[in-house]
Amino acid sequence: MLIERKWKKWVFFYVPMAFFIVFTLFPFYWMAVTAFRPDSELYHTWRQPNATPFWTLDPTLEHLHGLLRTTAFPNWLWNTMLIAIVSTVISLICGMFAGYALARLKFRGSEFLGTGIFITYLVPQTLLFIPLADIVRGMQLGNTPWALILTYPTFLIPFCTWLLMGYFKTIPKELEECARIDGATRFGAMVRIIFPVAVPGILSAGIFAFTLSWNEFIYALIFMSSAELKTVPVGVISELVRGDIFFWGQLMMGALLGSIPVAIVYSFFVEYYVTGLTGSVKG
Amino acid sequence: MKRLLENEKVLATALLAPGVTILVVFIAYPFLMALWFSLTSISVGDPGEFVGLDNFQRALEDTIFQTAFKNTVFYTFWATIFKLALGMWLALLLNRHFRFKRVVRASMLLPFIVPTVLSAWAWRWMFDPTFSVMNWSLFHLGLIEDRLPFLSSGDWAMWCAVVVNTWRGMPFFAITLLAGLQTISTELQEAAALDGANAWHRFWHVTWPLLLPVTLVVVVFSIIQTFSDFQLIYVLTGGGPANSTHLIATYAYQVGVNSGLLGEGAALSLFMFPVLFAVVWVQLRYLKRMDVR
Repeated sequence: MLIERKWKKWVFFYVPMAFFIVFTLFPFYWMAVTAFRPDSELYHTWRQPNATPFWTLDPTLEHLHGLLRTTAFPNWLWNTMLIAIVSTVISLICGMFAGYALARLKFRGSEFLGTGIFITYLVPQTLLFIPLADIVRGMQLGNTPWALILTYPTFLIPFCTWLLMGYFKTIPKELEECARIDGATRFGAMVRIIFPVAVPGILSAGIFAFTLSWNEFIYALIFMSSAELKTVPVGVISELVRGDIFFWGQLMMGALLGSIPVAIVYSFFVEYYVTGLTGSVKG
Repeated sequence: MKRLLENEKVLATALLAPGVTILVVFIAYPFLMALWFSLTSISVGDPGEFVGLDNFQRALEDTIFQTAFKNTVFYTFWATIFKLALGMWLALLLNRHFRFKRVVRASMLLPFIVPTVLSAWAWRWMFDPTFSVMNWSLFHLGLIEDRLPFLSSGDWAMWCAVVVNTWRGMPFFAITLLAGLQTISTELQEAAALDGANAWHRFWHVTWPLLLPVTLVVVVFSIIQTFSDFQLIYVLTGGGPANSTHLIATYAYQVGVNSGLLGEGAALSLFMFPVLFAVVWVQLRYLKRMDVR
């Protein structure tokens, strides 16, 4: 170990670490404080003295009540969750199949397809939203959850395929060969032998895909128009800003409640998420 | 059926079909449509007609688009530099042993997990012209006389967007670089220290070169994400004040969706393509080289 003096540790470790922690977490703290702060305290201008600027002494649930009374927030939460789960499952299945084919099977054009899928991974949603809106309208999918369930996999499948392909390559071929000698079909060996062994990789891909679809914004903004069909990010923007009036308390309550589910899922699977994240760029 | 699936080619086709179908229908096809749209005067409810490169020509002469393009380059450039520098620093800090390391590392990723639109609202509230907590603190600390125009001046707003983007993307850099750091043996560091290298030299001559491959990949991903960003500006400024903070994507949205000029909007978003293509090309070449090695 390298030996370090005490003051050096303060200057080079504790102080910068504290800076990073405050920088990273303060916005969330502020979101939470605002969500529970009564309106009478909320609107203190920047010049006014404020007895308790960084916390509040009488927390209130008025913004929660307001949010539930004036908007379809529970619906938004449910829509977001449903769409995220279904599109993640679809993408995982497609990704597992495609990843296996690219990792294990020999066929003409496999390299070309692999590169092609990788390129689609790098196509941003903002390049395609205009024609895609037209296609969705043409398929009569506009303003239905299917519009998002079918389009979210466009950015999830490439990622799942890529990550799982890498994972499948690390599984020894002998495992499959043994099963095949015992009479299993190729497909059977894949489903019963390879997929169970790959559960950690599948979980990583799934968690990462889930957070990505929970995060998606532009497609949800364009394809959904009815208030009760919106997802949380879109609903918060379109229903809580009326004209020039921002309902800050409710906005922050909505942002907080919309962040908590995904944060909880993440906290249970931190290690898998990190594997997915670092794997997403390595391939 | 069973016999057929034993054939590798048949099985591969069957396994790839669902994924590839979705990607063709919702990526390849819309891309071709975008190319076609950009060459026509199509708008909502009007199929329009072929107009050649008029849409591109008009975009190049459009001063709002010129600003949007400059903003996009500015935003991508500075945000990527900050994310790399701060992310690297954070990764080095997280690579050390300390108490509560797991909790700290997990919480550092929060900005990346939480939906950008929602956290951007928290930032917008912190930048609020009248109720900004930052103006309040700075004023009461006696550091400012008048409030800072966070989002009400175009120049300030672009820097604010860079800060928020850095805040959001830094964890991605930090965690990925941390994974890279953990593969570097500590013996190398110790050997360099024995040779009398100070911390900076150890970083610059040992750690940085070894991390370069990971760094390059992360930077490429980040450039693509940042260059095509939409949500952050949409929430923070909506392109204002006076269209001074548009990015290519937000301006394309304004023209293509709000005004319904699909042809022009498609042409505007296609201006992202050459830059993204160049970045992807670098990435692919690089990946090929890795495979050979």
